[in-house]
Amino acid sequence: MSDGAGVLALLRRASRHRGAAWGLAILSLLSVAALLAPAIAPRDPLAQSLDEGLSPPSPGHWLGQDKLGRDVLSRLLHGARLSLAVGFLTVAISLSIGVAAGSLAGFLGGAVDRIFVGVCDVLMAFPGILLAIGISAVRGPSFGNVLFALSILGWVGYARVVRAQVLKLKAMDYVESARAVGSRPSRLLLAHVLPNAISPILVEATFGIGRAIVAEAGLSFLGIGVAPPAPSWGSMIGEGRHFLFVAPHLVTAPGAAILLTVMSFNFVGDGLRDALDVREEAR
Amino acid sequence: MRRYLLRRVLHAVPVVFGVVTVVFLLVHLLPGDPVEILLGESAMPAQKEELRREMRLDRPVLVQYADFLSGLPRGDLGTSIRSREPVLREIGRRFPATLLLAATSTFVAILVALPLGVLAATRKGRPADYLSGIASMVSLSVPNFCLGPLLVLLFSVQLSLLPVGGYGTARHLVLPAATLGTGMAALLTRMVRASLLEEIGKEYVTSAAARGLSRRAAVLRHALRNALLPVVTVLGLSFGAVLAGSVITETIFSWPGVGRLLVQAIDARDYPLVQGCVLVIALCTVAVNLATDLLCARLDPRIRYE
Repeated sequence: MSDGAGVLALLRRASRHRGAAWGLAILSLLSVAALLAPAIAPRDPLAQSLDEGLSPPSPGHWLGQDKLGRDVLSRLLHGARLSLAVGFLTVAISLSIGVAAGSLAGFLGGAVDRIFVGVCDVLMAFPGILLAIGISAVRGPSFGNVLFALSILGWVGYARVVRAQVLKLKAMDYVESARAVGSRPSRLLLAHVLPNAISPILVEATFGIGRAIVAEAGLSFLGIGVAPPAPSWGSMIGEGRHFLFVAPHLVTAPGAAILLTVMSFNFVGDGLRDALDVREEAR
Repeated sequence: MRRYLLRRVLHAVPVVFGVVTVVFLLVHLLPGDPVEILLGESAMPAQKEELRREMRLDRPVLVQYADFLSGLPRGDLGTSIRSREPVLREIGRRFPATLLLAATSTFVAILVALPLGVLAATRKGRPADYLSGIASMVSLSVPNFCLGPLLVLLFSVQLSLLPVGGYGTARHLVLPAATLGTGMAALLTRMVRASLLEEIGKEYVTSAAARGLSRRAAVLRHALRNALLPVVTVLGLSFGAVLAGSVITETIFSWPGVGRLLVQAIDARDYPLVQGCVLVIALCTVAVNLATDLLCARLDPRIRYE
């Protein structure tokens, strides 16, 4: 099966997974809402109305207003743009580094591989978003710093998956045959090995987007994510938790948005992984 | 076992060295002069020089690195800018609270995950399995900074059953431990289910049943014991995540642990303290991973001979 057709077959099989289909539908809606946020958001997400601060949901403000009187629904929609942007960009950066590092380590082996494994071991010793917290803490809150902080550790997971795939694939007969007929190492890697390693990377990347969204929201919750007043779901919860007694909607609305988004990515990831498992078993 | 132990400990040495190096480099990631960032551009030159000397930034980077390394065996992680106390003393004071929270969360997670995972595996494809699967997926997807405030909203604001935050009694521990342990419980439930399903399909379980053992006894006495080995690995790996998660959970519940200390240090731009907290949590993770590997090797001799 060609690599493009393989990925298509994987996506087709995953779409039959009920959870993945639901996840994909929710993510499609969310992406459209995020893209159209400037047009469909009822208000300017930064416009303050101090005398209406902490107002509960009403016909004028469906999800209520925060302490500065900003419209929660508008902030939520614009926050979706930010969350999805961080999720996709972090994964794109991490994936680029991870694929390059993992494939070189797996393909070249020897000292390069040993150094790679050592670097991964060191970075994996920093659990969760601890290193990202440390980096963001010293570099300060900004969109660029969040991407930097999340990507610096994010690439390791992809690199390990790619390395494992490359180690497995480079020993296969078809790669040996290509080598025997004189294919250059770069061609072996780029044309024969990497394209066949795409499926597991796709699964990992799907989970990775959800993880990056949670990580960004976590950093923003701590006040070291995206710089205010940009609407981030994490900072909305961080600010809202101080008003739980009088305005619980400030926590429940962004909380539900994060839960729904991350769960959708996890369902899609699960569906892709199950589809991949079936294919692996069938081989 | 002794050879495996030696090999595994030797492997941990360069990891620890790498972790220390990354943490040392953290302050050097600051955009600009750390002293100016801390004191502001308008500070007197003498003040700046004093702080520069105190933070050991007046020497070449390599000398600073050598100082940092040589200080570690003596427990010297520098001095907190905020409190002027040794960083390790500040962390030492907060560490028991973090350990208590992490241990309780892990204990609660095991208590929930074991029966739920066994139930899901033994009732595969039935409603109990589906319900446990959905509960696990929701729990895995809800970050602790969402779950914590939601639990406060339900149990403290609506039902007035538990305190909003603080430290001291068992009641103060319930919500933070539940917040921190939920994700771990979900992961363990999935792991117990998957691992037990794999064991249940093996011949020794069928053979045990053929010898007249009830299915329940065959699963609980034989399959579960073998199924728990990969669970121990996941448990060890998740403990690091629990320590990292304590940063947010302790902040939500005003829990006086290392995680909250880290956030307070970030707010005060107390970089030596930030470095110290990150280093201690990372080194604890390395230690727990090492202990997990050794425990697994003790439980399963095959690992030692790999």
